[in-house]
Amino acid sequence: MNTLFDKIWDQHVVQQVADGPTQLYIDRLYCHEVTSPQAFEGMRSRGLKCFRPGQIFCMPDHNTPTHDQDKPIADPVSKAQVDLLAQNAREFGLTHYGMMSKDNGIIHVVGPEKGLSLPGMTIVCGDSHTSTHGAMGAVAFGIGTSEVEMVMASQCILQQKPKSMRITINGTLGKGVTAKDVALYLMAQLTTSGATGYFVEYAGEVVKNLSMEGRLTLCNLSIEMGARGGFIAPDEVTFDYVKGKEYAPKGEDWDKAIAYWKTLKSGNDAVFDKELAFNAKDIEPRITYGTNPGMGIGITEAIPETGNLTFEKALGYMGFKAGEKLLGKPIDYVFLGACTNGRIEDFRAFASIAKGRRKADDVVAWLVPGSWAVRKQIEDEGLDKVLADAGFEIRQPGCSACLAMNDDKVPAGKYAVSTSNRNFEGRQGPGSRTLLASPLVAAAAAVTGVITDPRTLL
Amino acid sequence: MKQKFDVITSTCVPLPLENVDTDQIIPARFLKATTKEESFFGDNLFRDWRYHEDGTVVEDFVLNNPKYKGCILVAGKNFGSGSSREHAAWAIAGYGFRVVISSFFADIHKNNELNNFVLPVQVSEDFLSELFMTIQANPNTLVEVDLPNQTVTNKVTGRSEQFEINGYKKHCLMNGLDDIDFLVANKDKITTWEQLNK
Repeated sequence: MNTLFDKIWDQHVVQQVADGPTQLYIDRLYCHEVTSPQAFEGMRSRGLKCFRPGQIFCMPDHNTPTHDQDKPIADPVSKAQVDLLAQNAREFGLTHYGMMSKDNGIIHVVGPEKGLSLPGMTIVCGDSHTSTHGAMGAVAFGIGTSEVEMVMASQCILQQKPKSMRITINGTLGKGVTAKDVALYLMAQLTTSGATGYFVEYAGEVVKNLSMEGRLTLCNLSIEMGARGGFIAPDEVTFDYVKGKEYAPKGEDWDKAIAYWKTLKSGNDAVFDKELAFNAKDIEPRITYGTNPGMGIGITEAIPETGNLTFEKALGYMGFKAGEKLLGKPIDYVFLGACTNGRIEDFRAFASIAKGRRKADDVVAWLVPGSWAVRKQIEDEGLDKVLADAGFEIRQPGCSACLAMNDDKVPAGKYAVSTSNRNFEGRQGPGSRTLLASPLVAAAAAVTGVITDPRTLL
Repeated sequence: MKQKFDVITSTCVPLPLENVDTDQIIPARFLKATTKEESFFGDNLFRDWRYHEDGTVVEDFVLNNPKYKGCILVAGKNFGSGSSREHAAWAIAGYGFRVVISSFFADIHKNNELNNFVLPVQVSEDFLSELFMTIQANPNTLVEVDLPNQTVTNKVTGRSEQFEINGYKKHCLMNGLDDIDFLVANKDKITTWEQLNK
């Protein structure tokens, strides 16, 4: 009780349904092209209009190509889905950031950078990585398409209140260890279902010292431990990030907002359903070896010796042996981007290793900014030149190879070191083999052509 | 899809793998459809486990084994993890499953099943491993899922367990009602909340 999660959740309760779920008010609904069409179709067939169209923001991101966005999308099925979102947004009177508009990008990158996702809000989207927005100090979670339709129709959702968990990470992160490594470490400790049924509050010295970009990465991956969402109490880092953003409160409203946001923290007497603590000294740069994000190791470690049927199926798919190390193994593709690691700090990290080096000849590298705003900042900081000198090209924004709904597909049997969020079978294209890692580990692999400890290159 | 629920007795299709993610249930390339054609999603349920890349059948995958039939899917723990794609629930329903039994479900997928009138039945690890063994020994094993009484019974061993579902959702499933009907009927409460909180 008296956790920050309780405060935000309880404030948004419209009613408690007898022997049932909570009717929860939703401040912000984001829609992308993949999980919204059937919800709009449902609204039409019921003859309903969006209840609060001003609180709904739409943008295509999953199908968008990462080159030649000024031309029509070549795949007619992808094009139809992207076009339909624009048409639905127009019909229902919703804000839509179309492809090639300066506001477009991956929803979970754009929401925070425009100030649409703010502390204390409830935020949903038909996308499990909606947990990202928790970094702003919001209760944010992924929902299904039927639930998207509920929010369109009523700005509310029916949900059972999840349990609360606090994960505290003490100490200071070592050289070359990033928010991504912290998240990959937590998944390996908790497994992919260890936080199912919970909302996670991240706390401790490590979390406090993370930049906003790092916090967004950490919260993004909450779902990969099974948690519905993860969040961080807002503080000066949050307020500095939000200030001046397009949709952030201004003037007198800003002062009022700050006063309220400062109250958004768990009480000293807060009781969580579960509390876990970890220490930064136990976390090194990480990489996954299996087919779920919990199947990961420190980059210098070996794959575990034994496991069950599911473990063996995963190793068979990946072409790895129990007990072997990954260091030095050749890789074919590198993907920097996604809602997990497609922000400016991730490109700075990648460039810090690429600078003065060359991309390995036999590696295909896709560097995909999370939004046009990120791409502009890359150019403003001259990172595009540094990367071009090293043989890397910056592409146009979108979800890209994270789930390969566009042309960026990893061929069957090929190994990809990816900064994305999932290494499921076929995730990056049928038969593709994904190794999840941080932008530093990805850059180290890109310039050497093999799995490399980035600390040796820093 | 809004088939009313009561008591279902059926043979089962066993999938004794853990952490079956929604990317396996329905791969991303099938998410480009813009309507809920159940047969389309059902035809592509577990697509990459069910068919080789050239479209030929993977003989040893359980959906291709004529010994195992029925409208109950039995899966290892943490079923439906990963992506929130409701297309996974549409694929399960479209294929003809009405119940999924597992010892643990991922949150979002569980809600998606319920919203599509597929009943997720969470059982103990013991019940699940016994059920897998019973089905392996006898593919004609019947399981009874009794929603009104919230019980699931292995008809071969006689073992029975209670399962959880909240009263509201049970009422919806038994009467073919959905959440939008409920929410739209409650607009005045929503407006009142807005006036108090804006």
